[in-house]
Amino acid sequence: MISAPDVVAFTREEELEDDLYREPPLPEEYSVPLFPFAGHGANPWAKVAGSKFTRDFILISEFSEQVGPQPLLTIPDDAKVSGTFDLNYFSLRIMSVDYQASFVGHPPGSAYPKLNFVEDSKVVLGDSKEGAFAYVHHLTLYDLEARGFVRPFCMAYISADEHKIMQQFQELSAEFSKASECLKTGNRKAFANELEKKLKDLDYTRTVLHQETEQQKKANDKGYYTTQAIEKANELASVEKSIIEHQDLLRQIRSYPYRKLKESEFHPYEPECALDRADVSGDQDPTASDFTEPGETHLYTHVPSYTPKLIKAKSAKCFDKKLKTLEELCDVYFFTQTLDQLHHIERTFRGDVCYLLTEQISRALLKQQSVTNFLFEDVSFLDEKPPEKQYRGCQGLGQDAIDEKCSEESMAPKVVISLGSYKSSVECVPIKMEQEVEDSEEPKMSESVMSEHQENLDYLDADIKGSISSGESIEVLGTEKSGTGLTKSESQASLPVIPSPQVGRSKVGSRRTVSEDSIEVLSTCPSESLIPEDFKASYPSAINEEPYVDDDEGGLRFTPRLNPGIDDGQDDISKQESLVQVDAACCIGKESPNFLEPVPELGQKPCEEDGVVRIPPQPYRPAEQGLRGGFPSHDGLSGGLLPYELDSRYLTGSREVSKSSLDECSDSTSYISSTASTCSDRTPSPAHLACLAGEKHRKRAGQNALRFIRQYPFAHPAIYSLLSGRTLVVLGEDEAMVKKLVTALSIFVPNCGVYAKPVKHWVTSPLHLVDFQKWKLIGLQRTVSPAGVNVLHALSRYSRYLSILDADSKTLRCPLYKGTVVARLADHRTQIKRGSTYYMHVQSILTQLCSKAFLFTFCHHLHLPISEREPEESVVNRRMNFLKLQLGLANEDIKIVQYLAELLKLHYIQEPGQGGNPLLRFDYVPSFLYKI
Amino acid sequence: MLRWLIGGGREPQGLAEKSSVQTIGEEQIQNPYTELLVLKGHQDIVRFLVQIDDYRFASAGDDGIIFLWNAQTGEKLFELHGHTHKITAIAPFSSSDVTEEEMDLIITASADRTVIVWDCSSGRQVQKVSCFHSTVKCLTVLQRLNVWLSGGSDLCVWNRKLDLLCKTSHLTDAGISALVELPKNCVAAAVGKELIIFRLSASNNGSEGWNVLEAKRLVDHQDNISSLVSVNDFTFVTGSHVGELIVWDALDWTKQASECNFWDSSVHPDVQPEIKLSQSPNETSVQHLTSDEECVFAAVGKGIYVYNLQMKRVIASQRTAHDSSVLHIEKLPNRQLISCSEDGSVRIWELREKQQLPAEPVPTGFFNMWGFGRTNKQANQAAKKMQENTPTYFLELVGDLIGHSSAVQMFLYFGELGLATCSADHLIILWKDGERESSLRSLTLFKKLAQNGDLQLKL
Repeated sequence: MISAPDVVAFTREEELEDDLYREPPLPEEYSVPLFPFAGHGANPWAKVAGSKFTRDFILISEFSEQVGPQPLLTIPDDAKVSGTFDLNYFSLRIMSVDYQASFVGHPPGSAYPKLNFVEDSKVVLGDSKEGAFAYVHHLTLYDLEARGFVRPFCMAYISADEHKIMQQFQELSAEFSKASECLKTGNRKAFANELEKKLKDLDYTRTVLHQETEQQKKANDKGYYTTQAIEKANELASVEKSIIEHQDLLRQIRSYPYRKLKESEFHPYEPECALDRADVSGDQDPTASDFTEPGETHLYTHVPSYTPKLIKAKSAKCFDKKLKTLEELCDVYFFTQTLDQLHHIERTFRGDVCYLLTEQISRALLKQQSVTNFLFEDVSFLDEKPPEKQYRGCQGLGQDAIDEKCSEESMAPKVVISLGSYKSSVECVPIKMEQEVEDSEEPKMSESVMSEHQENLDYLDADIKGSISSGESIEVLGTEKSGTGLTKSESQASLPVIPSPQVGRSKVGSRRTVSEDSIEVLSTCPSESLIPEDFKASYPSAINEEPYVDDDEGGLRFTPRLNPGIDDGQDDISKQESLVQVDAACCIGKESPNFLEPVPELGQKPCEEDGVVRIPPQPYRPAEQGLRGGFPSHDGLSGGLLPYELDSRYLTGSREVSKSSLDECSDSTSYISSTASTCSDRTPSPAHLACLAGEKHRKRAGQNALRFIRQYPFAHPAIYSLLSGRTLVVLGEDEAMVKKLVTALSIFVPNCGVYAKPVKHWVTSPLHLVDFQKWKLIGLQRTVSPAGVNVLHALSRYSRYLSILDADSKTLRCPLYKGTVVARLADHRTQIKRGSTYYMHVQSILTQLCSKAFLFTFCHHLHLPISEREPEESVVNRRMNFLKLQLGLANEDIKIVQYLAELLKLHYIQEPGQGGNPLLRFDYVPSFLYKI
Repeated sequence: MLRWLIGGGREPQGLAEKSSVQTIGEEQIQNPYTELLVLKGHQDIVRFLVQIDDYRFASAGDDGIIFLWNAQTGEKLFELHGHTHKITAIAPFSSSDVTEEEMDLIITASADRTVIVWDCSSGRQVQKVSCFHSTVKCLTVLQRLNVWLSGGSDLCVWNRKLDLLCKTSHLTDAGISALVELPKNCVAAAVGKELIIFRLSASNNGSEGWNVLEAKRLVDHQDNISSLVSVNDFTFVTGSHVGELIVWDALDWTKQASECNFWDSSVHPDVQPEIKLSQSPNETSVQHLTSDEECVFAAVGKGIYVYNLQMKRVIASQRTAHDSSVLHIEKLPNRQLISCSEDGSVRIWELREKQQLPAEPVPTGFFNMWGFGRTNKQANQAAKKMQENTPTYFLELVGDLIGHSSAVQMFLYFGELGLATCSADHLIILWKDGERESSLRSLTLFKKLAQNGDLQLKL
């Protein structure tokens, strides 16, 4: 069975559902008949029935110089996952298509061994025999004991779904690059360490040899050299040479252009800074200077304790010793980080591709609703994920950097204690080195802004010339140039549903897969830039601004190749250029801004994307831009670029908030405490956690909500209370039960701002007016103690502001509801069975409400008189007519939209930085008591 | 305890426990206040609210801090620190002098025996006087003379620059509890049971010197005078702890009329005995007086009484308007009356004329029964006894504001901007008309849209 290329609603969850929430299987009559030819556990929707693994997994393999290609580990680390799939064979396959521009060993003409800062290569290949398709990411790690000092590795995302690999190529590439970067960073550190030890050994050896030679000289007064002496002298000379070589290597590894790292997304820390300084200040004798460097000692505390060994002239090489494991090659810390990242990748990409795409699309669309999306969406979640998505598609780089900066900060205390103290003094050094390196050695890393920009320009040129050259030393095998010039008929013929350039490529590739050899490289790294370049080009501001913004934070400010003036010009050209390309390519699912451009081709496609694309109507764009102006901090950004970079900068903090609010057990979630706690948000990978928490929470909340609407006949007025901003108090003795109800109902609570949801899961003290201002859903403890009497007294006192759901006696006291919206929202006869499905249903109806509220809020004449003399009453009439006739709202539904509109207004007019007083709106309406 | 939860409303319980307090349901059509803002800042009981201009007000209380607020936005403008003890009196002193530029000042007196003058526009302390022998308990600004008076154990007269112009001799240890300005440069000071009239006269030797002379002592009250209000240029009214209300002539300081014990329930045998039991001096104390041209509105104990100056009788009353003492009442321009009480609620009343029923001259005993709803039957019975055809009035409860968890000390009516209430729970609540606020927000929204240049793109 292969991952989950399936009917999304059904199978996807089957896999991911927690045991806790596992639903009974579908009734027989609803279930899709099993694929008749498949064996046990087979997936009837598998496109390639022949695949031997049950779901997507990540494979790390190595081309060992001793035994050849060998698999190292899989993620998830579960034998069941790979099943009968031959990992060894597949390792061989994937390792055989390494297109890294690496030339191992000594290039001709160079005196010393050179380290190649090899760029990762990214390849997609398919193996139709195995029914496996893989995104393969090759990388090279350094090992002093390895041949040519390099050890080739690769990480592969293996899926049975070819389309998934092709369509998620950008995403996979970016995610794997992060993992690779992490590995390599750790490896460089370990390698430098190793070199230092080696140097020390050599130094010691030299001293010993020197002494011996001296002794021999003294002892030898015959006037001629004995063979022994000559041998010693040779040995000494070779040691000297070796020292020089190793020093050179050390210099090279330290001079690694980590400025790129800094600007790209991943730089867990920069120990090299210290090394470099040491290098510069005391280049003559790096080993000695290393000890004297104050910055060094804490980094390599183990170094001084290292006792140098005598090195035999001919040290044993290859086969008689065990090669280092991956974990040894990298620092343990970085290794675990990498594994975390890989696990994250696995989690992110599992499931069906259409699910992934839908999620990406909806996220991209939601992001555009900058005015309304705070109401019901988890904005922090929204803000942190898409930038990553955006990154591959177009820009988003800054966000990634920020994200990583967060994680960097989080790990910094563990590794480097006083990095900041010498950071500034180091600033200029590596840059110089870097330039040098860049010229002489390996070009750039694909992740780095600079090089990306370079590529950008390269491709730009290429585009203008009408031909595409990779500009890289990477061999392009299966790249289809038709990505840009894809004709519609072609794309429709192959895959009418998902018109994306990748698909175009994949299509051609898959044809080959059928016709030719069983293994096929479908696409390689540089070709990916065909697409991102387009988007990059169309949002030049993102490219040009972000690195600078980033630099401000990063510490190193240097982008030597960036010449904004020239770039702007180029970008302008490319902007026009790109629009055409975008139209042709019409890449869906990654690049939200492009939805704004209705594409002629799209109109002909009867697919649902078509509808999606057209959702933001033409005038929406200016509106969007304009409304964005409501957040002055974003004004600096131009064009159609949505303001999430900056947004997310301050939202990275609020992630913790949302996380804690999502966690139903977090009692301490209050605005103050949670915002204060943002500073201490130092979990290693907050994004992952939040993402997961969000997912889980949704499922759980949806499930509980479903249960609630089935159990309680008065669910409608309760939900109406929440939607209309009347605080709902869930009163009960049993904490778990109350919290469950609160979790269930929390999905109906509109947010008041970008902060945590106004939900308080459990309160034991009497409520106060201020609480109703702050919380819209409260779980309250009922006790029999005198304190409990106070609690109830407060409830009765403030009853006009409250709806009270008594969980113990199953009663509800709240205003009457006669509208229709909630009925659609919470139909107790609903056929929906799954929590997350119901959650989506709720979201869709709430989104409708939001759009109504948006219309209502931003229609000028509904709120203000058209002419000076128009009386207020006519405006009010017009407003009510609009609500009733245009928006089709009945009775209490009007109040819901009015409340949402009020929230929108508040959100929009609120000045950033100024919290604004939370206000409490209420009505004087009678309450009724509902019983089961 | 949770009968209302099951029963569905507050009324049943309210009826059972407090039969006499009128309640209004949750449906309050006439109550305009559908939005509230909680202003936090004080750390102790907030006792005073004073309006500075159209949109600003100051609050002060037992924590000795004075806050300046924007009544429209609820924004905290300034936080004035200077007093070390609780504030005992506060008065605005806005000068619209032609000679000086307009300057909004507030004067505050504190139990630390200092008086500080603050500048409201800068939030700075202008001047501080600390030469008092006792706590200043009241402050009055005589705008006309451009001086202000402080009343403690003696009466001092100050000018704008905080020069002490003159002072009386030591009066009593208890000190002056209330001051009111009277015509002809006179002030009435309530000192214990006595009412002392002082006259300010320009001194002969100085250009700006004033002399203060005691003109008359009025000793008609049986108990301490608790409230003092000037109705118009010819009349002022005092109320005492035992429920005496005396109407004075402001020119010759003679007693024009008085109501003694007219709200004493013991006179009327038909009143239920348990109410009598709960009678205490506090119950009949005249807590606060306010007036318009025709009537004096008195907060007496838990009740509110409307005394008509022309008819010289109580024309309407609500004997138990609140669950406990009414602390402050105010008459709004629209025939409405607002009262706040120790029970933490604010109630809005409307004085209505009851024309279909002939009324008799103020049977005070009956009035406490009057109202509407469940008391209508009794009212009808009472009406049978009525002989005269004069229109009668009644106070109808049109809304209540529940928000504070402790005694509401005072409130400030800001007209369109709403109502500010301060309370012993350290909070100030701004009550606003939700409709109006909503449309104001829309206005702001479209202004902001226009500012950002988005409006023309859309419309």
